[in-house]
Amino acid sequence: MIKSDILIIGAGPVGLFAVFEAGLLKMKCHLIDILPKPGGQCSEIYPKKPIYDIPAYPEILADDLVDKLMEQCSQFQPGFTLGERAMTIDKQEDNSFIVKTDKGTKHRAPIVVIAGGLGSFEPRKPLIDNISKYEGFGLEYFIKEPNLFKDKKIVIAGGGDSALDWAIVLCEIASEVTLIHRRNEFRGALDSVDKVQQLKNLNKINIITPAEVVSLNGKVNLESITIKASDNSETDIQTDYFVPLFGLSPKLGPISNWGLEIEKNAIKVNNSLDYQTNIPGIYAIGDVNTYPGKLKLILCGFHEAALMCQSAFKILNPNKKFLLKYTTVTGVEGFDGSHKKAPKAVIKTIL
Amino acid sequence: MNENDINIVITDRNGIIHDVIAPTDMSINLMELIKIHELESEASIGVCGGMAMCASCQCYIESQHNLVPKSEDEEAMLSEALYLENNSRLACQIPVTNDLNNLKIKIAPEI
Repeated sequence: MIKSDILIIGAGPVGLFAVFEAGLLKMKCHLIDILPKPGGQCSEIYPKKPIYDIPAYPEILADDLVDKLMEQCSQFQPGFTLGERAMTIDKQEDNSFIVKTDKGTKHRAPIVVIAGGLGSFEPRKPLIDNISKYEGFGLEYFIKEPNLFKDKKIVIAGGGDSALDWAIVLCEIASEVTLIHRRNEFRGALDSVDKVQQLKNLNKINIITPAEVVSLNGKVNLESITIKASDNSETDIQTDYFVPLFGLSPKLGPISNWGLEIEKNAIKVNNSLDYQTNIPGIYAIGDVNTYPGKLKLILCGFHEAALMCQSAFKILNPNKKFLLKYTTVTGVEGFDGSHKKAPKAVIKTIL
Repeated sequence: MNENDINIVITDRNGIIHDVIAPTDMSINLMELIKIHELESEASIGVCGGMAMCASCQCYIESQHNLVPKSEDEEAMLSEALYLENNSRLACQIPVTNDLNNLKIKIAPEI
C-alpha cells in the first residue's frame, strides 16, 4: 500500500505543479499516470511544440515546461506509479480513500485529486478483425520494457515519432525490427528520420512502405502478420511481436464510474471555493474539470492547483490556523532536506 | 445572419445533419466550428487543440468546394488515421472562409 497525503491522478503539468503547491504546505503527494513518463499531453502529443501563454515564458517547448515542473517539484519528493490506470476508489471508515490500479497497486490517501487532462490515453487500435485475440500474446500497444523484445522479431507499424524512436531503440535489442507505414514519408524529429535511414542502409531495420497490416495470424501467440501493399498484393511476415503505434486517444475511462458528477465529459467542481467535486475529499483540477466560465488552459490549472491545496490542508489539519506564506519571504524547505531562500541583504555602513 | 456569416452543413457521428452558421471573420477553423456548436463531446474532437497532431477531427468532404491544400503535417497525420477515405481531411486545418458557403462535411467515427 502506497500512502501519501494527496494522491494525484494524472502526472501532467497541472498534477506536477500541485505537488509543489502541496509541498509548500508540507503535504506529500503521490501521482498515478497511465503513461510511462510524466508530462501528460505535453510529453505525449506535442513535446516539441512551443507554448506561448505560460506566464513569464514568452515561448517554451512543451517538454521543457514538463522538465521545469519536474525540477520545481522534485524537492518535495513525489512518488510515481507510472504506466498504470486508476481503476477503483473506495472510501474508508476514516474518510480516506483507497485507489487501486489495473495492475493491482493500492494507494491510500485522505485527499484524491484528479488532474487527468482529457482523460487517460488509450492506444488507437488498428481496424483488424481479430486484434483483441492477440493482446498480451504478441500484440503490444505500449513499450514499457524494451528487454521484453530481446532477441525477438518485432514489427512496428506507424509513421510518427514513437514508431521511429522505438525502431531505433529496439534494433539494438531485438533480433529483427521491421517498420511498416502506409506511405514512404515519416513524420518525426529530423535526427530520428535520418537515424532510421542510416539503420536501413546498414540493414539493421527493414522498412516496408507503403503497406498496411491487414491480419494477424497464430494459434494462441502471434506467429505472423499479413501486410497489404499499395498494389493490393499480400505478404506474410513471421514475427514474435506486433506493436502498432498510431497515437493515443483520451478517454475519461473508469473515473466516470466513481460517482462523480459529470457534465460534457468533464467533472463538475465547486469553482467558487476550492475545485472540490460532489464527493468531499475528491478534487478535480485542470482540463478534466468543468464549471461556469472554465478555460482549458495550463495556467488556469496552476491556479486551481494552488486553491485546491489550501482547501486540502484544511481537511488534513482541521484545527490548525493557517496564513498564506510567500516563497519570497520564507523560501522553500524541501522534504529532501534542501532549503532554498533569498540571500540576505548586506547591511554595512558606507563611510 | 450577418454579412460575414456562411452556412455549413455538418453530419455528426450519429448521422444527424446540422445546418450551422459559421462566422468568417473570427479566424476559426472547421474543428472549432464543430466545438462552438457542441456537435460532439468535448474530449472526442480537437484533442491536440488544432495542431494536426491527433486526427480526432477527421472529416469527409461531401461537396465540391475548393479547399486549402493539405500541408505536409496534415498529410502525415492523415496517413496514420483510421477510417481513412479519399475525401478525408482534418477539420482543424481548414479555415472558415467565404468560399466555403454551403460546404458539406461529415465527421469521421470516433477513434
